Amino acid sequence: MGVVRSRLDPAATAANREAMLARLAELAAEHAKALGGGGPKYVERHRRRGKLPARERVELLVDPDSPFLELSPLAAWGTDFPVGASVVTGIGVVEGVECVVIANDPTVRGGASNPWTVKKTFRAMDIARENRLPLVNLVESGGADLPTQKEIFIPGGRLFRDLTRLSAAGIPTISLVFGNSTAGGAYVPGMSDYVVMVRERAKVFLGGPPLVKMATGEESDDESLGGAEMHARVSGLADYFAEDEHDAIRLGRSIVRRLNHRKPGPAPLAGYAEPLYDEDELLGIVPPDLKTPFDPREVIARVVDGSDFDEFKPLYGTSLVTGWATLHGHPVGILANARGVLFSEESQKAAQFIQLANQTGTPLLFLQNTTGYMVGAEYEQKGIIKHGALMINAVSNSRVPHLTVVMGASYGAGNYGMCGRAYDPRFLFTWPSAKSAVMGPAQLAGVLSIVGRQAAQARGQAYDEEADAAMRAMVEAQIEAESLPFFLSGRVYDDGVIDPRDTRTVLGLCLSAIGNAPPPAAPAGPAYGVFRH
Amino acid sequence: MIRKLLVANRGEIARRVFRTCRDLGIGTVAVCSDPDAAAPHAVEADESVRLAGAAPAETYLRADALIEAARATGADAVHPGYGFLSENADFARAVIAAGLTWVGPPPEAIAAMGSKVGAKKLMAAAGVPVLPELDPAAVDAFPVLVKASAGGGGRGMRVVRSAGELVPALESARREASSAFGDATVFCEPLLERARHVEVQLLADAHGTVWALGERECSVQRRHQKIVEETPSPAVSPGLRAALCEAAVAAARAIGYVGAGTVEFLLGPDGGFHFLEVNTRLQVEHPVTECVYGLDLVAAQIAIAEGARLDPAPPEPRGHAIEVRLYAEDPAEDWRPRSGVLHTFDVPGVDARFAVPPAYGLRLDSGVESGTEVGVHYDPMLAKLVAWAPTREAAARRLAAALRGARIHGVVTCRDLLARVLAEPSFLAGDTDTAYLSRVPGLTAPLADEAGVRLSALAAALALAAANRAAAPVLGRLPSGWRNVPSQPQRTAFAEGEVAYRLTRDGLRAEGFEDVSLVSADPGRVVLAASGVRRAFDVARSGDRVWVDSVLGPVALRLLPRFADPAATLAAGSLLSPMPGTVVRVEAVPGDQVTAGQPLVVLEAMKMEHVVRAPRDGLLERLHAAPGDRLDAGALLAVVTPREDEPAGPA
Repeated sequence: MGVVRSRLDPAATAANREAMLARLAELAAEHAKALGGGGPKYVERHRRRGKLPARERVELLVDPDSPFLELSPLAAWGTDFPVGASVVTGIGVVEGVECVVIANDPTVRGGASNPWTVKKTFRAMDIARENRLPLVNLVESGGADLPTQKEIFIPGGRLFRDLTRLSAAGIPTISLVFGNSTAGGAYVPGMSDYVVMVRERAKVFLGGPPLVKMATGEESDDESLGGAEMHARVSGLADYFAEDEHDAIRLGRSIVRRLNHRKPGPAPLAGYAEPLYDEDELLGIVPPDLKTPFDPREVIARVVDGSDFDEFKPLYGTSLVTGWATLHGHPVGILANARGVLFSEESQKAAQFIQLANQTGTPLLFLQNTTGYMVGAEYEQKGIIKHGALMINAVSNSRVPHLTVVMGASYGAGNYGMCGRAYDPRFLFTWPSAKSAVMGPAQLAGVLSIVGRQAAQARGQAYDEEADAAMRAMVEAQIEAESLPFFLSGRVYDDGVIDPRDTRTVLGLCLSAIGNAPPPAAPAGPAYGVFRH
Repeated sequence: MIRKLLVANRGEIARRVFRTCRDLGIGTVAVCSDPDAAAPHAVEADESVRLAGAAPAETYLRADALIEAARATGADAVHPGYGFLSENADFARAVIAAGLTWVGPPPEAIAAMGSKVGAKKLMAAAGVPVLPELDPAAVDAFPVLVKASAGGGGRGMRVVRSAGELVPALESARREASSAFGDATVFCEPLLERARHVEVQLLADAHGTVWALGERECSVQRRHQKIVEETPSPAVSPGLRAALCEAAVAAARAIGYVGAGTVEFLLGPDGGFHFLEVNTRLQVEHPVTECVYGLDLVAAQIAIAEGARLDPAPPEPRGHAIEVRLYAEDPAEDWRPRSGVLHTFDVPGVDARFAVPPAYGLRLDSGVESGTEVGVHYDPMLAKLVAWAPTREAAARRLAAALRGARIHGVVTCRDLLARVLAEPSFLAGDTDTAYLSRVPGLTAPLADEAGVRLSALAAALALAAANRAAAPVLGRLPSGWRNVPSQPQRTAFAEGEVAYRLTRDGLRAEGFEDVSLVSADPGRVVLAASGVRRAFDVARSGDRVWVDSVLGPVALRLLPRFADPAATLAAGSLLSPMPGTVVRVEAVPGDQVTAGQPLVVLEAMKMEHVVRAPRDGLLERLHAAPGDRLDAGALLAVVTPREDEPAGPA
């Protein structure tokens, strides 16, 4: 048994905690923007029409008292579009079935899709596909945001392709249509397996009365072109006719109940223990200055069941902690950076550990706090590139599900080796203390300065030290801003910025969601035993 | 010696007699009507005989069927309990004629006391004080009471306060007496205002020994029926007790009484007492006497029926006992009887069932258990609860606490009122009379006040949340209602009000509750701390009904569905068009009485005729179809309401 012995000193971590709480307050303020939708005026107008806001629809859809993980709530942060990207996505439990829910927020510019809406929606559909989660669309959207159509129109076609591919893959898709779903949007119900439309609210047509008049001269109205009753009785596009929004959600729940959904993976162990240490102490572990290392075992002790962590190769490659644990009853292998830098030994250890996890089909959790692979003549000569490549190879071709949490630094190829976004972890979440970039802002500015100075010298010109200082300050500020979690989350490079105290709950929910897809199959090609490198 | 005894009764008294039989080694035979087939008394007897039917006249009042049941099971004795045929001299004679032992007084004694007019004459002759019988034609002093000679249970009884009311009161009393008892004889007595009901328990053997086992005070009554009884009476001095007992013994001797019986008196505010009647049977309230005298009156009845002799003197009384009768009646709705499934019936702290507790304590005589269905056919008394303690105050306190702590789910009872009575100052002062319940205000208010109901609803919502988590097939151990981006509370709607709550890292956040924190929540129990005071709430649920029990008082809630099914919200009995079509014919008109299956409307669709038929017997209330009408599928065609239920049979 490997119960982690915490050496955390609450007095020494008070400052860390203060800094983290300040960042969490900022996070809450950004989330509040997403919750505000289109603002009080539009929310009120929406309610006056007898309609429910998107999150109230979601809350009614999911089982009472069940957890709901909202995904990408900061999408479009730092862009011209409102935080949240006018859509709510997440994983919730409907009639005991974990589902991906996508709900347009019609209070934000009529629920129109902008480039970030599209990105966020695609991400949610990827999650549905990878984890085989039924998809429930709560539809009410005015279509594409026309000024940005060039960024939506061509890539956006994937939406309809993916809906039917989900269906073809045996993943049910359900659309509850609460309002407008016209033009291209009409293909969302059109491509869904089950369609519910709300009486006198749903409006699903390719062209509305003005367009029809222009195209053919025909006089028509909304109801005859795309009303719920017409689709339920005449066109057959609607499978279920709902009296009102509540009724639509009731019908949606009853559809899910009859999907006969079964989770193929092993059930989580029963009777597991909660961590021995208080999750609240997770606030004090990460120092505000990421140059100060911290022991990831303190995090692991507050995240895994019973704080029980069996470390693998504890004496070798000690900058990377590897070991086995269970989390909400799900077995998991953990790779966590201990002192930031990855050396050859750490890389080899990681590659071996990832192979072992693949041998037993155990999902992997990457806890990132890395400044990257070691540089310098000694390390290059010892083959750091070979060994880094070895680790990236193992991560890239690993078949078990991966989860990544960026706790602190995520720089350079360390981001790749530790299963950054490009390596398709099933889920990736960020703590407010994290930073991700090709390298640290000061280092990046310093490199630019050295390169510029060398170029000036080569041209025989004098180097403008004043301009260099200004350039360095500007670059440092820009890189700093662009490596911060809100910015990266705004670009949908993660699945959300989370409160460190929620880490166990978020990961438990994700591991359970992963269990909706069968465990990875054995490789088709030549297989070898696990290499000890 | 009696070997096997049939109890010609049901409910708690049958179970009580069976308990003594088991103690004595006597076999037990129950009889049960159809609705009582699964009743506790029928299930726990060694043998039970079904009496086909439900109404008492078809079942527990059928002397021939009862005697046949005894013959079929080989029972050699019959105990009549109380009510039903217990004071029917013909039944007693029939039992004896069948060669069975009758556990009760001689039929002649029953017959002699069956007529109130005759009984009064006999008693007056024996020197027992009686109220003068007034000639209805010559009444000149008011108020007076008109009573049916064959009466009981308050039927045929009228209070007359002025000469003008007399003749109508006589007429209506005669009509009621005639229909209830088959005997229209009525008589008049002076009405004693603020009188108490006091009665003496007698036990007489066949060898001339008569015990008077003190008095019982039974003044707390509703509709002339007792709900609280105790012994000794707070209004009876030792001297008065001696006089009452002497009068009762004289009454017993006057009619050659044998067995257990009760002589009832009215005790005036002046201390004067007057004979009311003799009950020639075991009384409902006999357990208080058993507790205080340390006796088993049923065992004594059986021993006397077997010819045993009583000791020369009765045992000495010890302590004070109070009994309450728990009725399935709603005092706030004029004591209307209630029925339904009694989901839970649990009285914590009971020391003995159907028997005297080994030491001062709590006794329960219950005709029901958790799960019993309380019907409409019989007396709605569910159980009797008795506290026996050294003093009256101690007994009242113990009994009130037991009532407050009882868990009674599914059927409205008078429990809250009983608990209020036992803590009410004038009751505690012994200041009760037969008008007590109508005189003291506020007794029908529920124990739980508005704040108690709100907290109970919150506790219920949190218990349901815990149940939801426990039953969740996935993610059951994640924090309840967890959100990474919280936008709104969880909502649980009860008919009594909505509860909105969130369970956060920092504890409970409940809308409208300022200083309430959650200590623990399980599906069956929630502990809340409100303004620093910690209380446990026990929560039970069946379907949409939720019951919360706590020190704040019992609360029953009705859970509203999250989603209303539009199909279910249509008026019951609505008929919808099965498909789009045209009405060809209409076969009935609104106002018709229709029978199930009768054609109402004929539709034509796709060249086929479709007949829409009445779904049940009833009144065709509405019809939305006329020949030639085009109808959509699902359009409302007609509404058929069921006939009013037949009035319930006599109880």
